Amino acid sequence: MFKTILKQFKEGVFDKNPLLVQILGVCASLAITTSVSNALYMGLAVTAVLVCSNLFVSLLRKFIPQQVRIAAYIVIISGFVTIVEMLMKAYLPSAAEKLGIFLPLIVVNCIILGRAEAYASQNAPFPSIIDGLAMGAGFTIALLLLGAIRELFGAGTLFGISIFGQSYTPIGILSSPPGAFIVLGCLIALMQYLKKDCPSMNSTQRRKSQSRMSKQGRIRHDP
Amino acid sequence: MTVEPKQNKLLCVSSSPHLRAHDSTRTVMLDVLIALCPLLLWGCYIFGMRALTLTVISVASCLLFELLFNLITKKEITIGDLSAAVTGVLLAYNLPHTLPLWMPVVGAFFSIVVVKMLFGGLGKNVVNPALAGRACMLLSFTSAMSVSPVLTRLGLFESYLPADAVSGSTPLSLVLNPGETVVSLSNEQLFDMFLGNECGTIGEVSALLILFGFLYLLMRRVISWHIPLTFLGTVALITYLLPAKGFERFDYTYTLGHLLSGGLMLAAVFMATDYVTCPITTKGRIIFGIGCGVLTVLVRYFAKQEGASYAVLAMNLLVYYIDKITAPRPFGSSPSSKVKKKKKNGQEEKL
Repeated sequence: MFKTILKQFKEGVFDKNPLLVQILGVCASLAITTSVSNALYMGLAVTAVLVCSNLFVSLLRKFIPQQVRIAAYIVIISGFVTIVEMLMKAYLPSAAEKLGIFLPLIVVNCIILGRAEAYASQNAPFPSIIDGLAMGAGFTIALLLLGAIRELFGAGTLFGISIFGQSYTPIGILSSPPGAFIVLGCLIALMQYLKKDCPSMNSTQRRKSQSRMSKQGRIRHDP
Repeated sequence: MTVEPKQNKLLCVSSSPHLRAHDSTRTVMLDVLIALCPLLLWGCYIFGMRALTLTVISVASCLLFELLFNLITKKEITIGDLSAAVTGVLLAYNLPHTLPLWMPVVGAFFSIVVVKMLFGGLGKNVVNPALAGRACMLLSFTSAMSVSPVLTRLGLFESYLPADAVSGSTPLSLVLNPGETVVSLSNEQLFDMFLGNECGTIGEVSALLILFGFLYLLMRRVISWHIPLTFLGTVALITYLLPAKGFERFDYTYTLGHLLSGGLMLAAVFMATDYVTCPITTKGRIIFGIGCGVLTVLVRYFAKQEGASYAVLAMNLLVYYIDKITAPRPFGSSPSSKVKKKKKNGQEEKL
């Protein structure tokens, strides 16, 4: 039991990290990671929605007909996003203002729909909650990394507190959109590099998956 | 079939690349460094020894970052091919001599690690590392990267204190912003710009020395003439026939002002001709040069700033496609075979 939970968390944070490995939810991630606090709020909001929607999709998985499942998921997700948005506007108005349009846009965040479709619709409620927590944690950690690098070097601060002192000249490109793409690209590259040395995926497994991928590639490209 | 070693060399056909055996990356890069040397001497003469300090910092950090990347990723150590040194020198030549001394390190990190090594090292980078580094620094340190319009000489480690209310204009701004009355550049001004007696970044000021470097590289057959000449020719043609708003048409001083000011010459000779990021075919190189020229003029006309570096970067991104459309037809194949094949495939898919 405990082992499977640990495995799920390892998958969410490392092997199947939603942002750095599955490359989902990139739009909001690029836009709001100009500061660490924004990244933290965004990560927590997504995690909250992800856990709730996973739970309800899992509970309702036997009632939702196959043909209309996406629409049904979206209804569930948007319900929880509305709740989270209202709560944030009531208790954290400054954070809600900073996140702006990206808070309601969590509805169309691919991570949430992706997990509902790929995991929650096929699994029992409890593992689905754990999956939501694990994926949310992975997303939050990735956002925090991205936000920390961009804020630290792009503005010289962390959580709004000056780190390098007044004389620091910020590297402006990092806090602008191109910097977001560059830092995200570097983080993805780093993740791939770390995964290559990862002991959990041994060499035979990797070779198998690679050969499978190349086979698929060949089939797709041949006329 | 073996080829006798004493046969006429003209009759020997080898597959590309046609580099001779004794040419290695190292000798080519060494030639480029030799061609760049006079510019550094001139930069030190006109801007003071601080130009040398900046160049040394830039080259050293480029080599260091490449070495560190090689060590961390446990790959073969590649700093011996000197390409990182060339990147460092070119990056430094694009910087004003008044820049704080730590900033080239940031540019070098971006050039070497992000633009070159993360893409797989020399030969696999998509855009010119030195120019990308300059673009990154320009976006990050906009005020520090702007060229002071007053010529100042600075000692080895002397830091630059901007004077209050600096007025004046760099040669580039003369051709970018029309004054209230149209003033054409005088012959003395143009001659100064040709010699390099003007403000600008460390390596871009002397058109004469850049031309010497160009001739040296041509004689050593390191680069071909196509890209620099089409690049400069396009800029000259457009500025002569269609000057920006507020300037007179058919004014040769305006055209020369465009050619001699800013980083245009440096970019055309040393950056657009980078082996990795320029097309392979001659036809492709001509397209590349013309594209660079057009984009440079467009940026200069409408953004009112130096466009040569952005133009080369933008065209770098198109090199893959330029190479694709200008790929020579394999000997013996019929000109329309490609089209027919495609049609055939399409029919098969439909069936």
